[in-house]
Amino acid sequence: MLDKLNEIEKTALESLEAINDQAALEAWRVANVGRSSPLMGIFSGLGKLSKEEKPVVGQAANRVRVALESALEERAQAVKNAALAKSLEEEQLDVTLPGRRVQLGRLHPSTQQLRRVMAILADMGFQVYTSREVETDEMNFQMLNFPPNHPARDMQDTFFVDAGERGDNPILLRTHTSPGQIHAMREYAATNPDNPPPIRIALPGMCFRYEQITARSEIQFNQVEGLVVGENITFADLKGTLVDFAHRMFGQDARTRFRASYFPFTEPSAEMDVECFVCRGKGCSVCKNSGWLEILGCGMVHPVVLQNGGYDPKRYSGYAWGMGPERQLMLRYKIDDIRYFWGNDLRFLEQF
Amino acid sequence: MKVPLSWLKDYIDLDGYTVEDLARMLTLAGLEVDEIKYAGLPMPTYEDGGRHEFKTSGIGWDRDKIVVAEIREVNPHPNADKLTLLDLFDGEKEQVVLTGAPNIFDLKGTGKLPNPLKVAYAKEGSTIYDGHADGLVLTTLKRAKIRGVESYSMVASEKELGISEEHEGIILLDDDAPVGMPLVEYMGDAVLSIDILPNMARNASVIGVARELAALTGRELRKPIIDYKAEGESVEKLVSIEISDPELNPRFVLGLVRDVEIKPSPYKIQRRLRLAGIRPISNVVDATNYAMLDQGEPLHAFDYDVLKERAGRKNIKISTRAAKDGEKIKTLDGVDRKLTSSNVLVLDEKGSLSLAGVMGGLETEVTDKTKNILLEGAAWNFINIRKTAKQHNLPSEASFRFSRGVHPSLAETGVKRGLQLMAEWSSGKVAPGLVDEYPLQPKDSVVEVTTKDVKRLLGIDLTVEKISELLTHLEFKCETTKVGLRVIAPPHRLDISEGVVGLADVLEEVARSYGFDNIPETRMADTLPPQIGNPVHEWEERVRDLLVSLGLQEIVSYRMTSSERESRVVSHDEYVVLANPIAPERSVMRRSLLASALESIEKNSRAESISLFELGPVFEPVKNALPNEPRKLVLVMTGLRQSLSWDVGDSPNFDFYDMKGRIELLLSGLRYTDVIYIPTDSRPFLHPGKAAEIIVDDKIVGVFGELHPLVRDKYEVGDAPILAAEFDLDVLRSVSPTYGIKAVADVPPILEDIAVILDEAVPASKVEALIRQTGGKVLTAVKLFDVYRDEKIGAGKKSLAYNLTYQSDKTMTDADAAAIRKKIVKRLEHEVGAKLRS
Ligand SMILES: [Zn+2]
Repeated sequence: MLDKLNEIEKTALESLEAINDQAALEAWRVANVGRSSPLMGIFSGLGKLSKEEKPVVGQAANRVRVALESALEERAQAVKNAALAKSLEEEQLDVTLPGRRVQLGRLHPSTQQLRRVMAILADMGFQVYTSREVETDEMNFQMLNFPPNHPARDMQDTFFVDAGERGDNPILLRTHTSPGQIHAMREYAATNPDNPPPIRIALPGMCFRYEQITARSEIQFNQVEGLVVGENITFADLKGTLVDFAHRMFGQDARTRFRASYFPFTEPSAEMDVECFVCRGKGCSVCKNSGWLEILGCGMVHPVVLQNGGYDPKRYSGYAWGMGPERQLMLRYKIDDIRYFWGNDLRFLEQF
Repeated sequence: MKVPLSWLKDYIDLDGYTVEDLARMLTLAGLEVDEIKYAGLPMPTYEDGGRHEFKTSGIGWDRDKIVVAEIREVNPHPNADKLTLLDLFDGEKEQVVLTGAPNIFDLKGTGKLPNPLKVAYAKEGSTIYDGHADGLVLTTLKRAKIRGVESYSMVASEKELGISEEHEGIILLDDDAPVGMPLVEYMGDAVLSIDILPNMARNASVIGVARELAALTGRELRKPIIDYKAEGESVEKLVSIEISDPELNPRFVLGLVRDVEIKPSPYKIQRRLRLAGIRPISNVVDATNYAMLDQGEPLHAFDYDVLKERAGRKNIKISTRAAKDGEKIKTLDGVDRKLTSSNVLVLDEKGSLSLAGVMGGLETEVTDKTKNILLEGAAWNFINIRKTAKQHNLPSEASFRFSRGVHPSLAETGVKRGLQLMAEWSSGKVAPGLVDEYPLQPKDSVVEVTTKDVKRLLGIDLTVEKISELLTHLEFKCETTKVGLRVIAPPHRLDISEGVVGLADVLEEVARSYGFDNIPETRMADTLPPQIGNPVHEWEERVRDLLVSLGLQEIVSYRMTSSERESRVVSHDEYVVLANPIAPERSVMRRSLLASALESIEKNSRAESISLFELGPVFEPVKNALPNEPRKLVLVMTGLRQSLSWDVGDSPNFDFYDMKGRIELLLSGLRYTDVIYIPTDSRPFLHPGKAAEIIVDDKIVGVFGELHPLVRDKYEVGDAPILAAEFDLDVLRSVSPTYGIKAVADVPPILEDIAVILDEAVPASKVEALIRQTGGKVLTAVKLFDVYRDEKIGAGKKSLAYNLTYQSDKTMTDADAAAIRKKIVKRLEHEVGAKLRS
C-alpha cells in the first residue's frame, strides 16, 4: 500500500513538472487530488484496512496529499507568473499614438490676464469693483476733472450715444474705467459721510475709444484700474505698491522707472515703465529699442476728484493707476495685431 | 515739438551732458523725447556693445573731411552747360569743385567773386547723404570724372548733410563762418523731438524746454535780452484796438516795424527753423516763427500799408469779436470759410482780417513788397481756438499752442521778441511803444506750501530751502513764512491754481524737479479698508470656471454691432445708437450675445467641433437716460460630439441633449437643485420641437434648444445642427438657492429597476417627478437609463426604465422597498396611465 502511495506521488509530481497552463493544471488536480483520483481511492479504502495498517497508511496518504497539494499550488503560481510575464511581454502598445481626448475649455486670453492681475491685487488687499459701460459725460469726464473742451479730451477720443439734446452732458461709452472711481468713492462715502472709510479697490472692465480698427488700435479694450484713498497715502506709497505689483507680475528682479506724465484726474501723474522682459533692457523691437515698456499710467488722485467722490482733499489723499491686459499680453507674447482679441478665431484663442 | 540743441544752448550751459542724457532727463520729467535726429554732432556709435536708448536718426559730420570753405571763383564747365566749376579754398588749399546747384548757376561765368561765398565743403572720403537718391541713402565721396573734369569732393546741400529735405541748391553760409573750421564745430547740431503733454503748453518753446533743463540740472537759465532801438512816430498814435469780449480775447498787443527789407534770413536762422520743422520764407515771416518757437507765443504779421489803405489812410482801428453764424472769411490758404459763433475774428473797420489764433486772411498778408509791418501777439480763449481748429481742420503751430492755453503775458514778450528779430534781420526800424489792450489779466496764483504737505502727499522730507530751490528754477517766486512757503506762480503759467488744487499743482512741480526716481518706495501705513467683496463678480467667475470645466471656449465679441447683423437671429426695434460710429456695421450697442456667438461659429466653421460661451452685458435703451445693461450668458455648440481620430472613424453631431447636459451640469455646479424644463415654441430662432425654457423658482432664467433650420441657413455654416442657450444672469442669480451638504450614509442603499409603458405624449420629466414625489425622502436617486419604442409595446407608446436608489438612516429591507415601489406603480398607473413592463 505504501509502495502504491509512493508510486502515486512520484508519478503525479513528475507529470506536474511538465504542466505549463491553467487548464492542464486543473486536469492534473482532478486526476491526482480530485474526488475520484487514486489517492482519494486509498482514503476511501482506509476503512477496509486492519487496525494496525490503518494509521500508517492514513498518515502516509495524508503526507502525499499535502505534498501534492502544495506542489500544485507552487506550480500554479509558477504557471501564473509565466503567463503574466508572457502577456507583459506581448501586450506592448504604440505609446506614440495620440490619446483619447475630451474637449478642453479655456478662458479668453483677456479674462486669463485680468485674473492674473486681479489675483495679485487681491493678495495686496484690493477688492473688485465693477460699474456700467455706458456713462454720462459728467461721470466719464467732468467729475474726473476733464471740463468740457479740455485739451486732455483729445487723448480719449469718444463714442457718443444718440440720446437727444443733453447739452454738456451727453451719454457716451466710457473711455476708461475711471468713472467707477467716482461711483465707488460715493458709495463708500455714503456709509459714513463725516468720516468716509479708506478705499482699496481694483476696477476691471471694457472701455471704448473712437479709433479706426487697425493692427495697432482698437475700439474696445479692457482696463484694470486701482484706487487707494486714505488719510496717509503718499506718492511714495504709490511707487511702493506699483513696484511690488510689477515684481509679482513680471518677476522679482523686474526693474521699474517712473516718468512724469499727465492725466487730468491725477496729480502728480506718472507712467510706470518696466524693463523690457523680452530683451532684459538690452533693446529690441518690442520695446522699440528703448529697453523699457510702458506698462501703466498712475498718479495721486486729483483733489477735485476726491472732492467729487465725497472725500475732503485736505484730509484724504489717494492714488490710482490704470493698465491694459491686452497690451500686457501683446508685449508678453509678441502679438503684433490687436484685432486678434475680439476676432474670436479659435486658432488664436486655443493658444492660450 | 522739435528742438535744436544749438538753440537750447543759447539759454543754458549744457556742457558735460550727452544728447541722450538730456533726452533721458526730459523724458523722465514728462517731456517725452520721441526721437533724436543728429544733424552734424557725432552720433554715439556704441561700439562697446551699448545702444541708443531713443529712436535715433541722422548723421555726424567728420571733423576733418567736412569743413567751412569759401568759393572764390565761379567758372563754366567746358563740356557741360548745366554744371559750373568752383574755385574753392578750404582753409588749407585751393580746389576745383564741380556743382550743378541752381543757386550758383546764376554766377556762372562771373569768375572771381568780389565777396567770396561761404559754403559747407565735403572732401573726398567723407560720408554724407546722396542728394539725388529718394529718401536718405548714405554715400562716401570717391574720385570720379564727370564730363572730363575730375571730381572728388563737393559743396553740400542741406539734404546731403542731413539738415532737411532741401536739395534745390547748396548751403550758403553766413559771412561770418570761419573758413577751414570743421563744420560740426561751426553748426553741428542734434534735434530732440518732444511730445508736449496737454498740460505743458508752456513748454512748447525753446525757452520752456531750457527752463525745464535748468530745473533738472540746477544750472542757470539765461533768458535772451529782448531790447531794440525804437524810432519814429509811436504806434499807439496810429493804431487802436477794441476787444468786445475779454473772455474770448484777454489781451491784444500790436507793434510796428517800418522800412523792412524783405530778403532771406541769416542762414543760421533758416537752418534752425528747418531743424525745427518750419520752412523758412523770408526774414520777416521767419522772425514771427522764430519768436514763436523761442518764446511760445504765436505771432501774426500784417502788411501795415494794406491796413492803412483799407482805413482810408486814417488811423487803423482793429477789433476782435466772436464770428456770426454764417459769416465768411478767405484765409491765406485761399479757402473761403464759413464761420460759426465759436470762431473769433480780428477785424478792421472794413471787415475781417484773420481767423483769430488759427490763420490769417489773404489780403493783409505780408508779401515781398511789404515795407511796414504791424505785428500782432494776442491771448485767446483756448476753447474757441480748439473748436475753430477742429471745425476748419486747421492744425498749425499757432493753433496747437493757443488751443492748449498761452498765458497773456507772453503776448507782450512775443511781440517784442518778434520786433527785435525783424529789426535785426531786415534793417527795419521799430516804432516806439506797443498798442496793448489787456482787459482780462490773470492773477498770478499764490499757494501756501509746508514741509508737512510735502510729507503728507509725496512721502518725502524736504526742507523749506530745498522746496524753494526746486521751484525757483522753474521761476516760481518763493517767500518763507512762519509755516512754510508762499509760492507765487510765474507769469507764463496758466496751469497753477490756488488752494488745495494749487497745492497739488505745485507739489507736482516739486516732485518732477526732485525726480520721481529719487522718491522712495514705501508700503502703505494707512488703515485697511472695510472688506466688501463683489458677490456678483465672484459668482460670474464661478460660471466661467464651470463652463470651462465643461469644455467650452470663452469668447469676447465686439459690443458694437448693427441691427442688420443681429436681425439674422433676433430683431429688436430699439438700440443704443452711436452718434459717431466708425462704420455702419458697428453703429449700435449689441442686444444679443447669441448674434455675435453665431458670427463666431460662422468664422470658425472649418473646425470639426465648436463649443463657445460668452458672458457680458447687452444694452437696452431707455429713453433720455442711461441704458440698462443686463448681464447675459450665451452657450453655442455645433459639430461632432467626438473628435475623429485613429480609432474614432465617425461621430454623431452635437444634439439637444449634449447642450442640455452642459446646462444641467452648469446649474448643478451653481447649486441649483429644482430646475424645470418646459418645451417652448415661442422663440422664432429655435426649432419649435427642440427648445425649452429653463425655469427656476417659477422664473424663466434662460432658454435653449436647436437653432431653427431657417435661421441656421442664414449663416455660412455646415449642415450640423447648432445648439444655443441664452441665460439672463441677473434673473438666474436672483434665484440662487441656499445650499446645504447632506450627510453621506454608511448603510448600504437598496437598488431597484422599474420600467413602465406609457403614451408618447407624457413627458419624462413628469414621470420622474411623480416617482420622486411618491418615493419620498428615502428615494435618493432616480435615473432614467432606457427609453424604448417597439411594435410589441404598441404604437404611440414608449417604455421608460429607471434605476431607483433607496437610502435611509436605518437599514431598509427589501420588503420596505417593495412597498414603496408598489405605491409608485400605482401612482403612475393612476396619473399618467402607465403600465408596469414585465
Ligand atoms: Zn526690448
